[in-house]
Parts: sequence; structure tokens; C-alpha cells
Amino acid sequence: MRVRHTTISIIEGGGPTIIVTRSLGLAVVVCVALVVACAAAPRLTPVKARKLAPDFTLKDANGSTVHLSDYRGKVVLLDFWATWCTPCQVEIPWFIDFERSLKGRGLAVVGVSMDEDGWDAVKPYIQKRGMNYRVLLGDEGVAKQYGGLDALPTTLVLDRDGRIAATHMGLSDKREFLDEITTLLDSRSAGNAGGAGSAGAGAK
Amino acid sequence: MLAALVPLAQAQSSGALSLGEIHPVAAARGATAKVPLTMYVRSGFHVNSDKPNDDYLIPLKLTWDKGPLGVESIDYPAPQIEKTSFSDKLSVFSGSFRVTTNFHAPPDATPGSGMMTGKLRYQACDDHQCLRPQTIDVRVPVEIR
Repeated sequence: MRVRHTTISIIEGGGPTIIVTRSLGLAVVVCVALVVACAAAPRLTPVKARKLAPDFTLKDANGSTVHLSDYRGKVVLLDFWATWCTPCQVEIPWFIDFERSLKGRGLAVVGVSMDEDGWDAVKPYIQKRGMNYRVLLGDEGVAKQYGGLDALPTTLVLDRDGRIAATHMGLSDKREFLDEITTLLDSRSAGNAGGAGSAGAGAK
Repeated sequence: MLAALVPLAQAQSSGALSLGEIHPVAAARGATAKVPLTMYVRSGFHVNSDKPNDDYLIPLKLTWDKGPLGVESIDYPAPQIEKTSFSDKLSVFSGSFRVTTNFHAPPDATPGSGMMTGKLRYQACDDHQCLRPQTIDVRVPVEIR
């Protein structure tokens, strides 16, 4: 009521009812547009505020040594997970889908398992779930680099320069991941305009 | 003698689960003794039950080291079947619950005071994330008469 009164008071001349209706209508349209725009826009950290993801060296299921920095030039979905983590199980099919559909555009999905029981627990799980992306075995050193990783899943989306563009703590939303990844894939690397072609030889 | 042991019986906690006060246990040689441990799960969290319905999940498990008392059995409560945003049939414990160990004092045990030590392993989650597995040291003062 108070809002309507204020609106009317700033309108001069005839036909206030029509103008008020139009003004309210426009305001509603603008508000809806803003809400939709905010909901659709990925919540990426602005480029200048992004921090470099700490580099690490871990082994994959084949025993190969992998450095996170091998993936420079690619957009990386870095998922810290574990076989005992039920919400992680929900996200894994999304990541399988991303790896399949977006690898060609420069995405690399990298899973880092935090299972204490090591490959004995992880390898059968990879097989059972049909995980098509590279999985590494994490350790306490990596956990410390990434703030302890006390809660899983913790998933980071890295831009082509290896900087953290988004962080997801806990079960997230597939659409949100997809929006972030595609926005980053469409962005040029600040450090290397060559983009995906500059990925290191170790990157899968 | 038993009263002197009481200060040793302190609540122990770690992460999303804490143990209630642990009372010293007294047992005559050749007799049995029940030791209930009350556990409190942080609000909003659950821990897997002792029999989770997925092989990959880490069960809540109480184990005892060799000590002055022998372990006959450990009784876990009936689990709750919980529905979350990521599963509709999780077998869990939440809120407060009790795990009871049935000890026996060997007939040839030496009378006196001692300590039963053990470990409680569990893994907790809330509605959208899981905490890494934790282990709590459990210590129960014992007097054998």
C-alpha cells in the first residue's frame, strides 16, 4: 500500500491509474528478468580474484604419475570424493556425462579419491560405476593443500589457467556445474590464447 | 577403589558423534557385566548403522582391545531407515542411541582395578555431504572383585 502511494505521488498529469499500472508492470518485468538472469548466470569467481589451485602429484589407477599442472590449458572439474560417500555417488554419473560430452571441447574431469583403503576399495568401484574419467588416489598432503577436505564431495571447477573459478561443498546441482563449465570452455585463457591445445602430455 | 576411578570416566567426542559419560564397571570373578555407551549424533547428521545396506558404506563399529574383561557380545540398537536427498533407504543412527557391551570377568582374573580400552569407528553425513571416517578412543575403568 505504501509503495503504491509513493508511486502515485511522483506521477504528474492525467491518467495516473494507467501509468501506475504500466510502471508496476515494467517493474515486475525488470524484477523477473533480474531474477532469471541471476539464476541462470554461473556463480564463477571473477577472473582477477581467482586463486591458483595448489599443484599436486598423485598416482592414477594405472600407476601413472599425474600432476594437476599437466592439465593447464584445459577446464578441469576436480572432484574430491570417496567410495563411502553417498552424495558423491549421485554426482558421479553427471561427471561421466560431462567427460563424454565435453572432453572434445577441452574439459578434463579428474576425481581424487580420499579412501583410506586405497586402490583395493577404489578400483572395483571405478569398474562398477563405469567411471570414464581419470581417478587419482588422494592423501593427507593433498587434503591439507585443499583445506583439510573434511567433508565430501568437494568439487572445484578450474579455468584453463589452473585457477579456481568455482567451489562446491557437498552435493551440488548438475545444471550449475554445466553452466560453469561451458562458460569457462567458452572463455579464452588469460595466459594462453591457445586454449585446450596447450594441455600437457600427461593430461588424459 | 571404584570411586577413585570415576574421574577417569570422561565423555569422549570426535566430529559429529560424542560419547556420553562412561561409568566405571565392577564385576565379580566369573560374572558378567553390561557396559552401555550412550552416543549423541550432532543435530542434522546421521551415522551409518552397524549394518549399512551398501557394501561401500562404513559401519559404526565398536571394538575392544584385550584387557581384564572378556567380550561376550556387543548389542547395537535397531537402525532407522532414513530418506535423504541422495538415498531413500539409508540404515542409520541419529540423535542419541546406546551400544551395550556384554563383558565377562574370567574366574581366574586377578582382583583389582584396570582399564578396558577400545575404539569406536563411525562415518557421518548430513543431507548433502559426508564427513571423513572418525575413530574415538574409548576407555572404561574396571574393578574386578
